[in-house]
Amino acid sequence: MDTFFGALEFLRDNPGLIWEKVLQHLQLSAAAIGVALLIAIPIGVGLGHVHRWSFLAINAANIGRALPSLALISIGLGFLGVGFVNVMVAMVILAVPPLITNAYVAVDQVDPDAVEAARGMGMRPIQVLTKVELPLALPLIFAGIRTAVVYVIATGTLAAIAGGGGLGDIIFNQPSYKLAGVIAGSMVITALAFAAEGLFAVLQRALTPKGIRGRETATDVLLGPPAIESAAEAGA
Amino acid sequence: MIGVVLALVGEGPTIPDFGRGSDCVRGRGQFCLDWVVDNFGDQLLPRLIEHIELTAIAVSIGFVIAFTAALLAHRYHWVKTPFTAFSAFVYTIPSIALFQLLVAVPGLGLSWTSAEIALVGYTLLILFRNILTGLQEVPRDAIDAAEGMGFTQRQILWRVELPLALPAIMAGLRIATVTTISLATIAAYIGVGGIGQPIFDGIQRGFKTQFVAAGILAVTLALVADGLLVLAQRALAPWVRYGR
Repeated sequence: MDTFFGALEFLRDNPGLIWEKVLQHLQLSAAAIGVALLIAIPIGVGLGHVHRWSFLAINAANIGRALPSLALISIGLGFLGVGFVNVMVAMVILAVPPLITNAYVAVDQVDPDAVEAARGMGMRPIQVLTKVELPLALPLIFAGIRTAVVYVIATGTLAAIAGGGGLGDIIFNQPSYKLAGVIAGSMVITALAFAAEGLFAVLQRALTPKGIRGRETATDVLLGPPAIESAAEAGA
Repeated sequence: MIGVVLALVGEGPTIPDFGRGSDCVRGRGQFCLDWVVDNFGDQLLPRLIEHIELTAIAVSIGFVIAFTAALLAHRYHWVKTPFTAFSAFVYTIPSIALFQLLVAVPGLGLSWTSAEIALVGYTLLILFRNILTGLQEVPRDAIDAAEGMGFTQRQILWRVELPLALPAIMAGLRIATVTTISLATIAAYIGVGGIGQPIFDGIQRGFKTQFVAAGILAVTLALVADGLLVLAQRALAPWVRYGR
């Protein structure tokens, strides 16, 4: 128990250090998520809209999950060297697959009747996409973003070993910060992951159109891809 | 390079060649394939085996717990929410933090038990959700038919529901295995071996060949395990059409 009290004392005594590392951590995570969104959302939404290449889109998340984050960073370290670029590349590679899969499934699963009706009203394909498919798909797309954000924040800790900064600087530097610091850093990163999870749960609820609220429970979306995969494979 | 080869094949006692690798290794420049070939057997293979052990034990224990919990939740609905909440809570904790927090728990410390507790914890949510979803998606008609044929509740579970839930259960096992392989690399940080060890070690020493080779090995293991589980899935549940 002493270790935990030591960690709390560390937090009390080093607010400046913790704050600096949290900010670095959030900046890095935000940058990685931003880039990943720009790559993944157009691909996932586009494929879902045309209902094609489902095999690729659904399995993207599986392949993404199969890549050990530490291994990815270490390989990147070999070829890209120490620094921001390596860490960004690794984190983007990890964040893109769940985003693609969720965005694809979200748009693909939109009620075909709603799409038919929209066409019948004379909407052009782009209008069908922006006015019908995207609003109805938003909750699931957001579930993917939420998964990816929590994943990136957790993985961001490993960034420290490749010189990317963030809370990993404390967690992986026991010689300087002692066990108390390491545990304190672990507590902060855990709190950060839960805060992100909570924040995105609230955002997701707020963005869900009123008409389809309450169709899914919080637990159903927590781990978007696995549930989707099991449904897709079991019901295939 | 020649020196190393001679030491390996030459007659007389083999003198260990500490710290004096080939020109490539001493140069510390690029990736040295010769080091990987020379050291695979004694530096990488044992770590690979440790890694497979760590993963297999975690997934097995996790499966027993999750399977029991899912059967309970299938019968008693109130079990679902607390178990899901608990396993989702564990799942959200970043892995390196969970390993370190367990290390700080008195009696656990830097031990194999700490690593396994965390690894088992991460499998629970994935396995529980997939097993329960599989059981609950069994068509009502199939259960009605079984009841009509005079099956008992137990027979319905083992002969109808579980076989029909098999694809979802296998999908869960596959995700849990691959996730555990990934997380077990990080477990090396608390000293339990596995492929993560040469990665951390190589980074510490600045020896590029070692950490890149180990990284590639970890990715390969994950992809091979994923592939094998897909094949197992198809063999066990051949009636499902995969990858539409």
